[in-house]
Amino acid sequence: MKLYDYVLSPSCYKVRLMAALIGVTLDIRPVDFHPGREHRGPELMALNPAGSIPILEDGDLVLTESSAMLVYLAAKTAPQWLGNDTVGRAARVQQWLSFSHRLTASLGAARLHEMLLRPGNIADLREQGIAALRELEAGLVEQHIRGQRFLASDRPTIADIACFPYVALAPDGGVSLDPSPAIRLWSRAVRSLEGFIEMPGIHRLHELTPAPVLEVGEA
Amino acid sequence: MTRNTMIDGWYPVGLASQLDAHGRVTALMGEPIAVRRGEDGNAKVTGGNGRDLPACIRYGHVWSSLGDPQKPLFAIPEADQPGRRLVDVGVVRVRCSPLRAVENFLDIAHFPFVHTDILGAEPHTEVQNYKVEIREDEDEVWATQVKFYQPQAAKSAEGGITTEYMYRVPAPTCSVLYKTCPPRPAEWDVITLFVQPLAEDLCDVWPWMALFDDETPMADLIHFQQTIFVQDRSILENQIPTLLPLDPGMEIPTRADLTSVAYRRWLKRHGYTYGAQLVAQ
Repeated sequence: MKLYDYVLSPSCYKVRLMAALIGVTLDIRPVDFHPGREHRGPELMALNPAGSIPILEDGDLVLTESSAMLVYLAAKTAPQWLGNDTVGRAARVQQWLSFSHRLTASLGAARLHEMLLRPGNIADLREQGIAALRELEAGLVEQHIRGQRFLASDRPTIADIACFPYVALAPDGGVSLDPSPAIRLWSRAVRSLEGFIEMPGIHRLHELTPAPVLEVGEA
Repeated sequence: MTRNTMIDGWYPVGLASQLDAHGRVTALMGEPIAVRRGEDGNAKVTGGNGRDLPACIRYGHVWSSLGDPQKPLFAIPEADQPGRRLVDVGVVRVRCSPLRAVENFLDIAHFPFVHTDILGAEPHTEVQNYKVEIREDEDEVWATQVKFYQPQAAKSAEGGITTEYMYRVPAPTCSVLYKTCPPRPAEWDVITLFVQPLAEDLCDVWPWMALFDDETPMADLIHFQQTIFVQDRSILENQIPTLLPLDPGMEIPTRADLTSVAYRRWLKRHGYTYGAQLVAQ
């Protein structure tokens, strides 16, 4: 499976993270998104006329939407991540997958504006991002009342992976997570998952690794 | 108010490869400036009141100044060596003091904690003794004989190696790092941090590299360096105080901070204080 990837893209990271969590190895093809704008060059435009990345290729299957990639990876290798064991849960997963696009359009665009100088109305983007975060915070609080730690279930699903990256990177766009305690707890839960990998701006939980020991004579 | 002595310095204001006739609007120390390609093909930079500013193209970037530069842009002789790959890493904006961005670049001790498993890893956290000097003839800060254990020092490195570094500060918002070059042990890889001061608490950072590496695809080299820098970005945006303290009242440096101490001393000596806090608050 080949992923056309940009290391700073939260949408690409969704796919890398999902694959790492379920033990799938991806063939990574780095794309010079910034500063080279390679995703708008002829090779990648032929593959994805939308001019966006990630792009996932598996045989003759070409996917250009990150939510579809999460569904594909989970369905193929780890169907428990689909969260479709009950009708209600399956609907909730779909609800959050669709919701995740609002995070991309608000927090993601605010981050691109603040970090890579992409155009946008930063005040509006932040306002929309905060509105989306409040909705997510409320959803997670309701889940806690139901006794569930993740967005659609008591175990992680593709819904969590679809929402996590843009939320965790909100501060990159100047939107604080300080007023969102449920989101911060959830972020810890996601980062505690076995097989979790980081991306620039999302740090691992150092306290989860064993205390380092320096052998005598080793430095 | 004293004159801002950094006014006469050269600063990066854009990538040479992206220079076009349409141009871009950016800023230098609070003043809006416009950068474009002139009809003669050279870079043309104009200030907020429409006056022409000095301009040159070097090391992949367009450079300009709000004042009257007394010296040409600093030399990086290695940049002209044949066989090097020149890598435009591209801009990253950071809400921090331009001086803080440079100081962070000079620090080694944070590698295992911020660039975990790439530039450092626990338990190899010790910064061994190294040499720091302010070279009077060149008027530059230099740190030499810096050694650090690194799990993946460069894209071309396989496995952990003890990497040797030299750091150089030739201008208040620019640093040049010389680093062990895994494929060519006799040479140094050159990794630079060119910082464009937009305001005292806001900067555009333009990393640039001149490497001996014929194998790694360009996109990988760019991703590697962007990964490192963006790992630093969230740390830089949360440093307190925002401005770089030049008054020793607030902080107690350790031996590992010798480069930072020399850098701050050099800034203070020259009055390079745009982005600095002079009195601890």
